Amino acid sequence: MNQFQYVRPAQVPGATKAITNGANTQFLAGGTNLIDLMKMGVVAPEKLVDINNLPLKKIEGNAGGISIGALASNTEVAEHPLIKANYPLLALAINAGASPQLRNMATVGGNLMQRTRCPYFFDTAMPCNKRMPGSGCGALEGYNRMHALFGASDKCIAVNPSDMNVALTALDATVHVSGVKGKRAIKISDFHRLPGQHPELDNTLQKGELITSVDLPASPFNKNVHYLKVRDRTSYAFALVSAAVALNIENNTIQGARLAMGGVAHKPWRLTETEAFLKGKPVSLDVFKQAAQIAMQGAKAYEHNKFKLTLAPNTLLQALKTASGLKA
Amino acid sequence: MKKETIGDSLSRVDGRLKVTGGAKYSGEYDLPGLTYGVLVPATIASGTITAIDSKAALRAPGVVAVITPFNAIKVPGYQPEASTRVKGLKLFNDNQVYFNGQPIALVVADTFERATNAVSLVKATYQAQPFETNFNKNIDKGVSPQNNKDYLRGEAYAYKNAPIKIEQEYTLPSEMHNPMELHVTTAFWTGDDNVTLYTKSQGVISSQRAIANAFQLDPKNVQINSRFVGGAFGSSLRTWPHEVAAVQAAKMLNRPVKLTLTREQMFTLVGYRPHTVQKVGIGATADGKIVGISHESHSQTAVYEEFTERSVNVSRFLYSSPNVNTVYKVVPLNVGVPAPMRGPGEATGSFALESALDELSYALNMDPIELRLKNYADVDEEKNLPWSSKYLKECYQKGADSIGWSNRKAKPGTNNDGEWLVGYGIGCGAFGAYRSRSLAKIKLMPNGTVNIQSATSDIGPGTGTSMVLIAADILKIPAEKIVFELGDSSFPVAPTQGGSATVSSVGSAVHDACVALRQKLNSLAGKPENNTDDIDYAKVLTQNNLPFLEITQESNANEEAKKYSMYSFSAHFAKVHVHPLTGVVKVKNVVAVVDAGKIVSYKTARSQMIGGAVGGIGMAMTEEAVFDDRFGRYVNGNFADYHVPVNADIPQIEAIFINKPDPIINPIGTKGIGEISLIGVAAAVANAVYNATGKRIRELPITPDKLI
Ligand SMILES: Cc1cc2nc3c(=O)[nH]c(=O)nc-3n(C[C@H](O)[C@H](O)[C@H](O)COP(=O)(O)OP(=O)(O)OC[C@H]3O[C@@H](n4cnc5c(N)ncnc54)[C@H](O)[C@@H]3O)c2cc1C
Repeated sequence: MNQFQYVRPAQVPGATKAITNGANTQFLAGGTNLIDLMKMGVVAPEKLVDINNLPLKKIEGNAGGISIGALASNTEVAEHPLIKANYPLLALAINAGASPQLRNMATVGGNLMQRTRCPYFFDTAMPCNKRMPGSGCGALEGYNRMHALFGASDKCIAVNPSDMNVALTALDATVHVSGVKGKRAIKISDFHRLPGQHPELDNTLQKGELITSVDLPASPFNKNVHYLKVRDRTSYAFALVSAAVALNIENNTIQGARLAMGGVAHKPWRLTETEAFLKGKPVSLDVFKQAAQIAMQGAKAYEHNKFKLTLAPNTLLQALKTASGLKA
Repeated sequence: MKKETIGDSLSRVDGRLKVTGGAKYSGEYDLPGLTYGVLVPATIASGTITAIDSKAALRAPGVVAVITPFNAIKVPGYQPEASTRVKGLKLFNDNQVYFNGQPIALVVADTFERATNAVSLVKATYQAQPFETNFNKNIDKGVSPQNNKDYLRGEAYAYKNAPIKIEQEYTLPSEMHNPMELHVTTAFWTGDDNVTLYTKSQGVISSQRAIANAFQLDPKNVQINSRFVGGAFGSSLRTWPHEVAAVQAAKMLNRPVKLTLTREQMFTLVGYRPHTVQKVGIGATADGKIVGISHESHSQTAVYEEFTERSVNVSRFLYSSPNVNTVYKVVPLNVGVPAPMRGPGEATGSFALESALDELSYALNMDPIELRLKNYADVDEEKNLPWSSKYLKECYQKGADSIGWSNRKAKPGTNNDGEWLVGYGIGCGAFGAYRSRSLAKIKLMPNGTVNIQSATSDIGPGTGTSMVLIAADILKIPAEKIVFELGDSSFPVAPTQGGSATVSSVGSAVHDACVALRQKLNSLAGKPENNTDDIDYAKVLTQNNLPFLEITQESNANEEAKKYSMYSFSAHFAKVHVHPLTGVVKVKNVVAVVDAGKIVSYKTARSQMIGGAVGGIGMAMTEEAVFDDRFGRYVNGNFADYHVPVNADIPQIEAIFINKPDPIINPIGTKGIGEISLIGVAAAVANAVYNATGKRIRELPITPDKLI
């Protein structure tokens, strides 16, 4: 662990300015991910900009949707009446993650930004292109049980570990950011990226940009929803595979579907083709089984994660069944 | 005032201290001039250290010293000429590295945080050598341990010729010791030849001997304190190399040193249940009579030290069979040395034997309990001795009633509860009932209170509570008038707390000391020695002008016991739900029935049973240390990735005691429950999963990927 500077600005411009000044500076929110990484020697910032004094905690309804401040805790979001009423999928996903203690500390911004849990990323004695570009991917020929099925590259097969991000992706969130060059809005599907040749980049945030809020549009997907997370123990474990399902069902017909999977790619994996397939179809086991197969197109497994080729469609199928209330 | 008796449900006598923070653990002694030590782990799995650059670490704030093989003082007991040379790893004695994570240096600083920081600044260079951590690849290099004899009764591999036979391989991955309390040793020298330690220990006397041996001191000049232990489960049965290193550092610096392992270091330095592959063959007649059992086991050990356990032994006597043979081998790898872990080898062995027996029951189309009854061992066929007591049949019955065995469907995959598949399983076990020499000192004070001391430990079972109940029962005074003290090597000698033998050994000494005190008081009061009527102890002392009365009693295993085979027995039952699509298993119910002789302290005994079942559920469902053999490093050596069960994984656990005293083993009739509480649980769960799904998981843990 290195010696580092610590500042705690009170306003957003101060924070973004503070970060661009230093060569190796990072924002500190709940600290549940960053501090661990510092202790493990995975990252060694020279300066920490503690953003906890910034006025970014609000959760408020707006023009038909909702705006969630970047510093709202995961617990606050999951417990918020508007979220529970209009975006129950998000509450389900957040509550499937980590532990109550961690969710109390973890923020929305931090959760969006959390790093992969790939063991090679975490252990500085082993190679990892994400931690140290050019050192090689430890997982590719190593222990890759938790790793990606979709969109990986020969440089990195790690997955985004977040549960919240999967629901945000299904719900078409927009990430609002602020930097010294101004503000911009990033669609959630453009926020996280695939590893390609640059696995060191998890997302498209530019240096110095601060996430200020996450907005969700008004959504008819508030009734037939389910977040199913399959993991090695009942709680406090990352997903082997997870599925976020939101269906808009009228008269037993699927008017629209919003689907994403977690634990299968470097970013939350939106299932657009499967959504298109489901649109206009009746609620039936057969339809769901076909949907689950469509979702798996292009999947590629490694030595230890072959089981995900079965578990992923099964998980999606089960989530579709539960969300739609289909029996048997 | 209530006078407690043996078998009562007394709350932990030190419970208040523990929940209010009043219990002081080894890491909580703040001494003047205290320094903090943190170990530097090797990052190669085999080779030699060519240099250690400590310059940056020494410049870091607060750092007092960096102790390495290149500057450490010699530990006399490490030298080849030492009268009894210390076994195992000798830290900082030479520049050899045997496993990844082996400590190569010790940073000492004025705070724990500063020492931890400086650890990251120590840079070692190595000459790496080839290494092996892959168990399966090296299984053929298994060797018979020293002092180990293969076992044969009748004909070897007789099962092969039986009309119905099972021949399968069962794998258990390494399970890492990781009690809540980190391993901490605080050491300070009070003279050239006198040293005191606060250390996490299951046996202060054996710690005393080990430290005395390492530094070639008179044991009476080594004071070991371990009054409270925050869980150990076998991880503190021995004195670890880092404990010696703390004493060594304190000597070098002439200051107290508190050496604390980090949570991650707990995954490499305090032992584990070793990766074990077992082949079991069982043959039976068509009507279910077993004709032969063969059990072969290969277990991981370290290249620098041999570790053995009794994984195959349970197959020699648990069921009646004319032919039994067992083979046990160890596979030396570049890994840290294993250690006994609760239920040790017996838990590993019973997973294999009890799974195979379950497989046999399906092959025979016979109820698993009926199969066990059919092959009930009325005597110990290994030792050819009668049992001192055995109520396993009662265990089957009570467990079956309680779990609702009659709801079990014989055909796998046919029992449903909504979307979930339902299954029931049984797994049994046995663990030797031991008793060894122990002393206890009892002192009656003028106010009628009693103080008892013995150099035993309490790693969690509630030893003090049991001892107080025994004393209250015999002395016929309320428990609150009795104080039991332990965890101090200056107290009368007691064995290490392990092998479920503390109540049997130390309890017998306490029992005998109380009986002796009672006799003495009876005679002082002018009553017959065996008088059981109440007497006023304080009054007897005053009448006889005695300031106090003190008796030290030694208690030993009785000769009669040699004519019997003594075991605790268990039957564990599990009910599980399995989701057919996701492979998720929910353990819905566990019933643990034990024949452990007389139960001395009901409440703490019940806690022991629950804890053992939780350990067994972890073994069955979640625990697995994973190596990357290219680097010889664990990829999940932390609590996020190495999964122990969480509360949400644990169902109601019912503990049932047969509670019939063993007439032979000791005056109380108690056989021990710490280990047996875990032995058989994993098989019960795995067998229930098979009953639910028709999928036989022979490689633990039973994670969702294995069931889809
Ligand atoms: C043992 C354990 C188990 C866990 N299990 C799960 C799980 O099952 N599912 C799950 O989804 N998560 C899980 N988590 C992860 C947890 O959700 C994240 O650690 C948490 O969401 C991070 O939020 P934080 O506020 O603490 O971020 P921090 O640790 O403070 O920051 C994380 C990163 O985000 C950056 N950052 C923070 N805020 C902003 C901002 N506003 N703008 C720009 N950058 C920012 C920081 O610079 C840093 O790089 C687990 C964590 C642990 C330790």
